Amino acid sequence: MKSLKARSNQFSNPEYELEVLESTENEGQLFSDKLANVGLYPLKPTQIEILQINMGKMCNQVCKHCHVDAGPDRKEIMTREVMKACLQVIRQHLVKTVDLTGGAPEMNPDFRWFVEEIRKISPSIKIIVRCNLTIILANPKYHDLPEFYKKHRIEVVSSLPYFTAIKTDSQRGEGVFGKSIKALEMLNEIGYGMPDSGLILNLVYNPAGAFLPAAQSALEDQFKKKLWDLYQIQFNSLFAITNLPISRFLEYLVSSGNYEGYMEKLMEAFNPVAAQNVMCRTTISVGWDGYLYDCDFNQMLDLKVAAQNSQHISTWNQQALTGREIIVRQHCFGCTAGAGSSCGGATS
Amino acid sequence: MKTYYDPEDLKKFGKIADFQKPLADKFFDYYGAVFQEGALTAREKSLIALAVAHAIQCPYCIDAYTVDTLEKGCDEEQMMEAVHVAAAIRGGASLVHSTQMMNKAKELSM
Repeated sequence: MKSLKARSNQFSNPEYELEVLESTENEGQLFSDKLANVGLYPLKPTQIEILQINMGKMCNQVCKHCHVDAGPDRKEIMTREVMKACLQVIRQHLVKTVDLTGGAPEMNPDFRWFVEEIRKISPSIKIIVRCNLTIILANPKYHDLPEFYKKHRIEVVSSLPYFTAIKTDSQRGEGVFGKSIKALEMLNEIGYGMPDSGLILNLVYNPAGAFLPAAQSALEDQFKKKLWDLYQIQFNSLFAITNLPISRFLEYLVSSGNYEGYMEKLMEAFNPVAAQNVMCRTTISVGWDGYLYDCDFNQMLDLKVAAQNSQHISTWNQQALTGREIIVRQHCFGCTAGAGSSCGGATS
Repeated sequence: MKTYYDPEDLKKFGKIADFQKPLADKFFDYYGAVFQEGALTAREKSLIALAVAHAIQCPYCIDAYTVDTLEKGCDEEQMMEAVHVAAAIRGGASLVHSTQMMNKAKELSM
């Protein structure tokens, strides 16, 4: 399967996506009105604690729901120059967490250099890598990634939509489940996910279709039991994440006739507590080219931060960013539905 | 009314209170309490509901509990096994009555 962009699909155009999201069929409720009703509009940051860095859209997988529209045919990749600007911000503004994502961040040729430089700044910075697992087995040059993660005390967060091959492969591609299990075994072998090792391995569940995720704690219990019983695999926590209606998932919703029903479901499940805790209040998302966004989803919709003169990592202005208004659109209902959703799972 | 069943009617379930509110309120309170986590998990209850929905052949319930079981983290294999439980009980209920037929047939036969 090729990316939407390679297929010149209209859902690879952020303007078109926003047009669909703002379409009159959803006239009933505006996300901004919902926030206003609970005293949260305009939405403002609380404190910038997390820098989520998209190191490029290149990936060895082409997942059906990918909001980045990542894949082997995507060539956008972060340069060392942009990484240096990120390092300066991390150093100067005492960022607590650096969350590396993609695509497959490990496919960026400067990935290891970047991690080493971040670690040099401080041993206490939390470095997260959103590893798709199969990258570890994709090429011999990646086989030692688990050791590399361990050496730099990186927290590994990996998607595993289900504990069966049929569900996982239907979302992430043929053979992905088997390779993911092998990669999880390799991570467990060196201590990741094992009690008291201090090496954190978290998994991400997201629904393989037009429905909301189950309660995070119940799912975690189920995953822990099944992965242990079937494969003797251990992990720390499970994050349940809602699929946001953008990019490939939006294209799926519209083409399968599920769009209206899904949006209705998200709107009905609006949770003020989840709205209070949305991740964009503590996060800045950096695009592969250094532009700044309120979150990874706004990044894919090309909605740059509303901070004058601080829209690029090279012109970072902490005051302007902390005082900015977070840009919200209809897709934001995905982060406030039910128990809430963020890159760290449920928010309420 | 063109058909007896319209998927849109499922959303109107709460409207039964328009014709008789006190009883509807009691029913929905009870319904909500039944599906809370208890000695059985919410997931287990959802699978039971899905099986019962098939046993009573209610299209609204099948629709609702297909969504609900998926949203409780069940997969299609588990859902189909639940329906087989319903089918086994329904089939078994027919078959176990054949003992009456056998009794009667034996009574009448030489």
